[in-house]
Amino acid sequence: MKRVVAQTRVELALTLRRGESVLLSLGLPVLLLVFFSLVDVLPTGTKDPIDFLAPGVLALAVMSTAMVGLGIATGFERQYGVLKRLGSTPLGRPALLASKTLAILGVEVLQAVVLAGVAFALGWSPSGSLAAVVAAMLLATVGFAGLGLLMAGRLRGEAVLAAANGLYLVLLLFGGMVIPVAKLPGALRAVARILPAAALSDVLHAATTAGAMPGRAWAVLAVWAVAAPLAAAATFRWE
Amino acid sequence: MPAVDVSGLVVRYPGDVTAVDGLSFTAEAGEVLALLGPNGAGKTTTVETLEGYKPPTAGSVRVLGLDPVADHARLMPRIGVMLQKGGVYPGIKPVEALRLFAAFYPSPEDAGGLLDRLGLTAVAGTPWRRLSGGEQQRVSLALALIGKPEVAFLDEPTAGVDVAGRQVIREVIGELRARGTCVLLATHELDEAERVADRVVIVDHGRLLAEGTPAELMSSTERTTIDFGAPAGLDVGSLSAALGAAVVEVRPGQYSVIAPPAPATVAALTAWLAEHDLPLGDLRAGRQSLEDVFLRLTGDGS
Repeated sequence: MKRVVAQTRVELALTLRRGESVLLSLGLPVLLLVFFSLVDVLPTGTKDPIDFLAPGVLALAVMSTAMVGLGIATGFERQYGVLKRLGSTPLGRPALLASKTLAILGVEVLQAVVLAGVAFALGWSPSGSLAAVVAAMLLATVGFAGLGLLMAGRLRGEAVLAAANGLYLVLLLFGGMVIPVAKLPGALRAVARILPAAALSDVLHAATTAGAMPGRAWAVLAVWAVAAPLAAAATFRWE
Repeated sequence: MPAVDVSGLVVRYPGDVTAVDGLSFTAEAGEVLALLGPNGAGKTTTVETLEGYKPPTAGSVRVLGLDPVADHARLMPRIGVMLQKGGVYPGIKPVEALRLFAAFYPSPEDAGGLLDRLGLTAVAGTPWRRLSGGEQQRVSLALALIGKPEVAFLDEPTAGVDVAGRQVIREVIGELRARGTCVLLATHELDEAERVADRVVIVDHGRLLAEGTPAELMSSTERTTIDFGAPAGLDVGSLSAALGAAVVEVRPGQYSVIAPPAPATVAALTAWLAEHDLPLGDLRAGRQSLEDVFLRLTGDGS
């Protein structure tokens, strides 16, 4: 337990110390939230754009931390032999995974508090199920973390950096976070709907606007939450 | 029970590359054993097998009587590891890294004291990636020692370390020996092996070539030549006649007298040179250096 606490503290400190990681996980979501709620140019389809943007940037926050942040950090840790070195300490892999999980959840709580605070200040008035929001974010965290580790387990640090940031941008545009998936062209829309980003956005929109729960989006999240970590575990190389 | 016991170790990599080929040796508590060999000799592979990173293809390894793979969780709290390179978060500060690792072990060293001992107090708050190569090596060594290991595996600990840093590392290794720690040092630096090791195991191509204390190794084979430097193009026929032994010019200005280094032969050699008014360059006779032994055994020399 002492080991997990110490490891979690270091994982958190190192994450919050990386400027680019904070920019991606907090800076950009806050910027998008403030900018597009004040400059009403997006086809959000809601009366107030903040009601669409707030759940969208919460989804973005999960994706940035669980997939991009975790993937890049783990990729470099693998490349620099950090994971290898930890392998010959008494920490053990289960404790390392537990620490990384706790660190991610810690960052996500911080993101949720900041983003929800900004959204409320901008006039967000959600109605729906907080439990569904938390459940969807947890489920998506597992799936995104699996994707991040899938990249980190095979690619060099720089390659993970490029791939994860590229995927971040693609999913930001096609993930229903700032632009509704419904506004995408047909084929693209079909692809977007089976990706975890749009599924999380859909569920979070529904859960904060008292909409009907999208069963298919839940199913997509669940499949990613199982398939991505399994694929990562099967292909991950510690050295 | 030896602290480290390697018996008939064979490690093969995919593609049928044999890194270690039937290696056996032991190391005791309170002993500094240097695994000495050129790059690619199989030193790192051997050490990583002992650390539990790779299973042996054949043979067995035991550390403190435990199997590093099967008894991994029981062994890790009792050993300290310094990898050949890296192993530390690029953004972490030395003091944070040491406190983190201290939390992994049951009764660790004091992080501040260890930083001080290794001359790292001034850079304790500097991120790892901004440390010099020598400072990074000393942090890695500190991380290997924070858990008060019974066996310490140090892979090229002095690589890239300046003279003062080397001195500190040698002293720390001496302290470990005094405390009863078994230190297994993998190195290709003869000088380091000769200075710090109680016993040296010379390996190449994954095989043991020689084993003993540095003194034993250096006196194990009688020298059979007297080597000296003098102007190129000496009349070796005349010199041979004077010495009663064959003389060859190994390369211009470097000569070997094919005879045991008896004082009388050396005296005859210098007399001949004096008679011909020739300067004498270096003269090597008597005990071999560890380098001579190493070069002869590993076949990199003449």
